Amino acid sequence: MPTLADSFMTALGLISSADPDLLEIVGLSLRVSLTAVLIATLVGLPLGAGLAVFRFRGRGALVVLVNALMGLPPVVVGLMVYLVFSASGPLGVFGLLYTPTAMIIAQSILVAPIITALTRSTISDLLGEYDDTLRVLGANRWDVVGTLLWDARFSLATALLAGLGRALAEVGAVMLVGGNIDHVTRVMTTAIALETSRGALPMALGLGMILLALTLILNAVVIALRSRLEAYAHG
Amino acid sequence: MIKYIFFATALCIVSPALADRPILLVQSTTSTQNSGLYDYLLPIASVALDLDIRVVAVGTGQALSNAERCDGDLLITHARAREEAFVEAGFGAARYDLMYNDFVLIGPASDPAGAKTATSIAEALARIAVTNAIFVSRGDDSGTHVKELSLWDGIADVAAASGHWYRETGSGMGATLNIAIGMGGYTLTDRATWLAFENTGTHEILHEGDPALFNQYGIIPVSAAHCPTVNSEAAEALTAWLLSSGQAHIAAYQLGGAQLFFPNTE
Amino acid sequence: MADPRQVIPFSPRASGAKPAEITLDKLSLKRRGLGLLNGLSLSLPAEGVTAIVGPNGAGKSLALRVIAGLTDADSGRIALPHAMRGRIGLVFQRPILLRRSARANLIHALKLARIPRSERVARTIELLALCGLTEKSDRPARHLSGGEQQRLAIVRALAANPLLLMLDEPTAHLDPQSTHAIETLILRIAAQGAKVILVTHDIGQVDRLADDVAFLHQGKAHELTAKSQFLSRPNSPAARAYLDGKLLL
Repeated sequence: MPTLADSFMTALGLISSADPDLLEIVGLSLRVSLTAVLIATLVGLPLGAGLAVFRFRGRGALVVLVNALMGLPPVVVGLMVYLVFSASGPLGVFGLLYTPTAMIIAQSILVAPIITALTRSTISDLLGEYDDTLRVLGANRWDVVGTLLWDARFSLATALLAGLGRALAEVGAVMLVGGNIDHVTRVMTTAIALETSRGALPMALGLGMILLALTLILNAVVIALRSRLEAYAHG
Repeated sequence: MIKYIFFATALCIVSPALADRPILLVQSTTSTQNSGLYDYLLPIASVALDLDIRVVAVGTGQALSNAERCDGDLLITHARAREEAFVEAGFGAARYDLMYNDFVLIGPASDPAGAKTATSIAEALARIAVTNAIFVSRGDDSGTHVKELSLWDGIADVAAASGHWYRETGSGMGATLNIAIGMGGYTLTDRATWLAFENTGTHEILHEGDPALFNQYGIIPVSAAHCPTVNSEAAEALTAWLLSSGQAHIAAYQLGGAQLFFPNTE
Repeated sequence: MADPRQVIPFSPRASGAKPAEITLDKLSLKRRGLGLLNGLSLSLPAEGVTAIVGPNGAGKSLALRVIAGLTDADSGRIALPHAMRGRIGLVFQRPILLRRSARANLIHALKLARIPRSERVARTIELLALCGLTEKSDRPARHLSGGEQQRLAIVRALAANPLLLMLDEPTAHLDPQSTHAIETLILRIAAQGAKVILVTHDIGQVDRLADDVAFLHQGKAHELTAKSQFLSRPNSPAARAYLDGKLLL
């Protein structure tokens, strides 16, 4: 069995030599997952805030649905996206299967419910505090959505990080729709799966450590920025 | 901060498209990738044919079904009967023998079932079944799985033993090897994957050389009649290359001083 | 059911001399079987400062919420002078300021009040000067002291140029200096012509700010009297007991 020290040395070796394959894989992981989180954010923030602020028939059921979708298995999403973009699927003509674009789409679908549900919960709490004040100031419901999204911006950073964590960590969806093609669709998690299947466990674990370090750095940067800005804006 | 993330991702989205060489998508069994053959062979072929060759490595069963959905231009698999049925059904243009190696039975060095002294693979498997020693099966409809099931035929009813001494992982060869080694169980693997596998623990080859363990790899360009979107030109080009000048390169690939694949086109 | 906040057209009285009135007509509101407003009827002059006093649970804050349209009464009507429609400000006892700077709070309130963008900066400067927070305009609003936050909330309520400004115990829990600053601010607002309704427990504040006093008890109005008369000899026995500190809930 590989020891942690082996894996750690492997990881260090890869990093210190700035292994070009590693850089490519890390770059693609970041590109795919950050883009997916961006798309999911553009959908999830307004949708989550709208679910918190507007009252309409079926809202309760929709909230339950979105919360449940947070638990979507990546492999199921991957399979759905695969079937849709397969050459014989409905959107096959676009030729997106086995491309980073398909991976971005699959991850966006995975991450959007997380950002939507966490946004709804955050905005819902804030609405309890702000609602009367904003109504007295003449705000309509759209004004309330906009005001709360901005005032919750620091809490919402956590929702985005949760989404990013999910995107960077998942393997099931990107493996199916990306195909783990070397130099084209290979990302950190599929590379780890491949190294594991080769029995190259120190390499697999070393890549895992690098992925973990990457996630840690991203979180630390966001949290540091958040606390610095938040200290300025909050009482 | 949000702005920076936005710009960074915007840059990523518009980053230049990949090389404009024609793309050839190969649906392949895993052993050829895991053993490192493609890493050696495909760069040579890419240059020779000026192609952007991309490999999706999955089990033979999944590779065939992906190709049937037209998600691939060329197949490299190892389950002859399945491959012939694929061509028969009109999904493949033609099937050619590409190369071979063999399957080996691996297991713990302690060999509780006594498979090592068996004189045939049938006898080795029978000893495993009789002693109820753990046997780990791919269980994923892959070429190796198909071969393994054919070997059990007439020896043991493995479907009935599934979950007892017969364990189906439903996973790729590498994952199955990891599990067999973790459980101290026996399993059937192609020799190339085994030689390239690093996490061998105390497991070793316990039986090999039986003619029944012959492992033929086939190559099939996907039929343009069935899949109009397929890149037939590139598929035919790589097929022709692999069946001619590629054969010597296949033979030249070695791992740890051993040849892994033996070209045998007619 | 008719909207209890429906605005009926302003119709001057026969004498023609009286200004318009804010009329609450038999407002009733029950929650969980408990009568919070029990036929509250009150007619307030549309000018000057009216103090609403009464023991806890009398329905004072609730009356303000009903007038502001935040809470619907179960029955009864409210009639406001036509001009006041949409120009009502309400400041809560514990103001909720946005998680932004003092200035940004005012800019945002002006935006919500549909004040044209071109006018917002100038209005913000005016409002900051009015509440004396010009120097602190870049501070996060929630870093201001309690009194400063209350002053900011009051001028924020002026964003829509209200003709009616309601304040719910604006100086509760504040020190005398902050109280003085807020009272000065309220008098300046009243002097500019807005009607002010002030809920307070502070009889000294009533004396300093109010023109007349409404006394509420158990969800009903017991009297509306000129300040000086209320403080010396209130009409209702309940108000007399309240001023003597003897009112039982």
